Amino acid sequence: MTQPKHLLSIEDLGLDGIREIMRLSDSFADLANRPIPKVPALRGKVVANVFYENSTRTRLSFESAIKRLSADVMTFVVANSSVNKGESLKDTANTLLELGADALIVRHSSAGVPMQIASWVDVPVINAGDGCHEHPTQALLDCYSISKLHKKLRRKSKNSAISFNGLVVGIVGDILHSRVARSLVTALNLLGAEVVLAAPRTMLPPAFESWDVVVSNDFDSLLGKLDIVYLLRIQSERMKVVSIPSLREYTTWYGLSMKRVKMLQKDALIMHPGPMNQGVEITPEVAQLPNCIVGEQVANGVITRMAVLFRLLVP
Amino acid sequence: MTNADDLTRSFENKAGYLKYSGEIVIYGGTVIDELGYRQVDVVIEDGKIKQLVEPSDLVPKSLKLDATGCWVTPGLVDLHAHLREPGFEDSECIETGSTAAALGGYTAVVAMPNTEPCVDNASVVRDIQKIAATALIEVLPAGAITKSRQGETLSPMAEMAELGVRIFTDDGAGIQDGHVMRMAMEYASGLSGGLANDNGIVLASHAEDTSLSANGQMHEGIWSSKLGIPGILTQAEDVMVYRDISLAKLTGARLHLMHISTAESVRLLALAKAEGFWVTGEVTPHHLTLTDEELKSFDPTMKVKPPLRSSDIQQSLKDALYHGIVDAVATDHAPWSKQFKECAFQDAAFGISGLETALSVMLSSFCQTEQPKNVAQSNTGRLTPQELIGLMSSKPARIAGVYPRHGGPIQKGAVANLCVIDPNFEWVVNPEEMASRSTNTPWLKKKLKGKIRHTIFQGVPVVMDMVAQR
Amino acid sequence: MAERERMLRPPHGGKFVPRSEVMSAEDTKRAITRIAHEILERNKGADNLVILGLQTGGVDLTHRLAQTLEELEQTPIQVGTLDVAFYRDDIGLRPMIPQAETYIPCNLDNKIVVLVDDVLFTGRTVRAALNAISDWGRASCIQLAVMIDRGHREVPIRPDYVGKNIPTRRDEVIDVTEEGVMIGEMVKIKRQ
Repeated sequence: MTQPKHLLSIEDLGLDGIREIMRLSDSFADLANRPIPKVPALRGKVVANVFYENSTRTRLSFESAIKRLSADVMTFVVANSSVNKGESLKDTANTLLELGADALIVRHSSAGVPMQIASWVDVPVINAGDGCHEHPTQALLDCYSISKLHKKLRRKSKNSAISFNGLVVGIVGDILHSRVARSLVTALNLLGAEVVLAAPRTMLPPAFESWDVVVSNDFDSLLGKLDIVYLLRIQSERMKVVSIPSLREYTTWYGLSMKRVKMLQKDALIMHPGPMNQGVEITPEVAQLPNCIVGEQVANGVITRMAVLFRLLVP
Repeated sequence: MTNADDLTRSFENKAGYLKYSGEIVIYGGTVIDELGYRQVDVVIEDGKIKQLVEPSDLVPKSLKLDATGCWVTPGLVDLHAHLREPGFEDSECIETGSTAAALGGYTAVVAMPNTEPCVDNASVVRDIQKIAATALIEVLPAGAITKSRQGETLSPMAEMAELGVRIFTDDGAGIQDGHVMRMAMEYASGLSGGLANDNGIVLASHAEDTSLSANGQMHEGIWSSKLGIPGILTQAEDVMVYRDISLAKLTGARLHLMHISTAESVRLLALAKAEGFWVTGEVTPHHLTLTDEELKSFDPTMKVKPPLRSSDIQQSLKDALYHGIVDAVATDHAPWSKQFKECAFQDAAFGISGLETALSVMLSSFCQTEQPKNVAQSNTGRLTPQELIGLMSSKPARIAGVYPRHGGPIQKGAVANLCVIDPNFEWVVNPEEMASRSTNTPWLKKKLKGKIRHTIFQGVPVVMDMVAQR
Repeated sequence: MAERERMLRPPHGGKFVPRSEVMSAEDTKRAITRIAHEILERNKGADNLVILGLQTGGVDLTHRLAQTLEELEQTPIQVGTLDVAFYRDDIGLRPMIPQAETYIPCNLDNKIVVLVDDVLFTGRTVRAALNAISDWGRASCIQLAVMIDRGHREVPIRPDYVGKNIPTRRDEVIDVTEEGVMIGEMVKIKRQ
């Protein structure tokens, strides 16, 4: 397999790339349980976190991955993106390279910024979320979590190539504004899962007919078919125009309550990219259920990101 | 060029305009204009066409411009260019923009009024005219319809019209308030002296309902869905085109639809024309040749308003071009310096530069460049050279009220505003060689076929052998 | 020869072409028995003993060694595997394929760790293994058992238990399998 230069989108990565990262993740999986959870694999490398948009979780997850690989981390956070308007992205990227960065992890509220930066610099660029476009490491950690935790997949032999054939995944919520959904749908499709989107029409992307998914606005009738329920955060900050009448109405029709959980298959997993709005897309009781694997997703996030960093920084 | 030195010496600056005293002969080319195709040499003297002569006739003691294998056509006219001066001189100014235009074969461009300060009163018009007096070509300032293009209060159109302003537009924004647009049309048609007047005032509409386009950054469709970039509905244009045509019918105003980008706009335009109303429309080379798929690179160069549309919509624009529904190809030359484009996609400015590439792009994509005499009929769905020159010269010249000074037939006594096009010259768009201050063109480093060899403005060769004479 | 070596393309891998046999299957079996005896003798039994096979060449040997030790002592032996891919000092210098499992059966504090590998060459793999082991605890003692010591050391490391010393050229390759030990060369695999 050819060495990928950047991780910009799941589509670029492709099925082989996804499988490669998942396999590599296995090598890092036991690390957290060691007395000293670090390996010296990236000693001497400097990785820059370039966050133009607030994100504590993703940034810390990457930081943790960087540190466990013994690389050094440099953090560039501009909380308020309006400060940036007019500032040249190119200058910022070049400054970080002059400061010795060997890789850039980029998050921006505008779609495409990691791709733009990747076209200007010759170090690996990792997309940590760009506008409503993609969030590839989230999709990778989600797929890794599914492959490790869903009973249907755990039974399969260890060496066979990972495939999600026969798995039905429902993604619920504001898909229009979700970069997680865009990456995840692509990854799940590549791995062979069937994807169902459940959302009010106003939260669906334009031309959703062009996506390789089934679309439903009847969440209840869907529940019995799902192996995975993937809830998206209702991001009130992204809703510049009102797309639902009220949060209460959303919760009534799409919130995951205990009543709805009972309609799910026995082995179904509940996932969420975090942070959860308890009481909106998920009730607090459901969030506490053992098959709600939000905590495992966070732990797998570090593992997957280590695999990504290792893959890009080691030829 | 054997006598270029003599020529440079004989330039003199009379009343701000460049003059060349002495005869110029454009030899070896095919003259293409509204009258057809002719294999003649053009002799120019004192800013006018002195005579057309048979190719073999020797004209002694003249500056000879080689047009072998080239088309000799009326100078091109652009209805839609942003020259950025005053206010945004780091992106473009009248001097660089007009030089770029001359290199692109234009002898007249309409300069959009969205400058800073905005062209919304006579004094700004006078300033621009003063600066433009030394430009290589004729710059026609357009005026704003409303003060500061705020879409609220009418600007003093009459005092600007008195200075020669013929096109009024709030381009860049579009007037959202229907009542304001109606008042503008009523007021302007009064100034026009009714439909009979050939040089009446034209209201040029940037059709965009901003409540529908909102914070959109690209065409709303399969690609915006995939790329997660907020989309701009075609309906944002359609509803405004409908409103403006409907108000034009009510008021009798002359309406020009700028940068048409949707199938419905084309349909509405065709309908209005069929009903006999004075409504015209322009399309840009980029909407005709690029689609929303280009945005997958997230290159802000491709960010433009109206946005690059899907290929099926583009096909309706092409059909409109072939069937004569649109009247003009206009560049919407919107230069932006690097700082406006080397930023995040969502923060980047809308606009594509086009003056230096427009004709080449149109030639490369739409025109039969074989011997023009053999292809008098447009039968392949492509344009004949005569049709293309019409769309880029005589038709826009009429809309801008500069016909036949520009775009008129090449005949004895006509003002010598000409361009010489080498239709088979292959070249690569090189940022170093561009006259414009900005290089935000999708064709950067791309290969194009067809280039301007000479441009003659009022009898003066302002571009000779692809080099601007400044 | 480690399995991953076979997977790499030249110049880092290729097809192994054996030239001559260095040890027969019987020889290796006897060597394992002898090494087992030496380990028990040096450490006065099998208490606190942990046998760690280096991925991937040392793993098979480790299981055979552990089996012999168990037969001799009639007590279960702690066996583990170690992949040192992330600890190597040549990361970035040559392609690497980390895919083998690291399994450490217990905390290594105060344990006697015997590292097992098939061939001792430059010593860099063992150096990486020493680093890795220290991340699992402080062993009271770390020893090294190899089937073949072929010389050419680049770091100051010496084995405690050796099946056989074989002087080699640098470009030769030693292949240790259950059928014995072969010496030969790597040849380029023709690209499709």
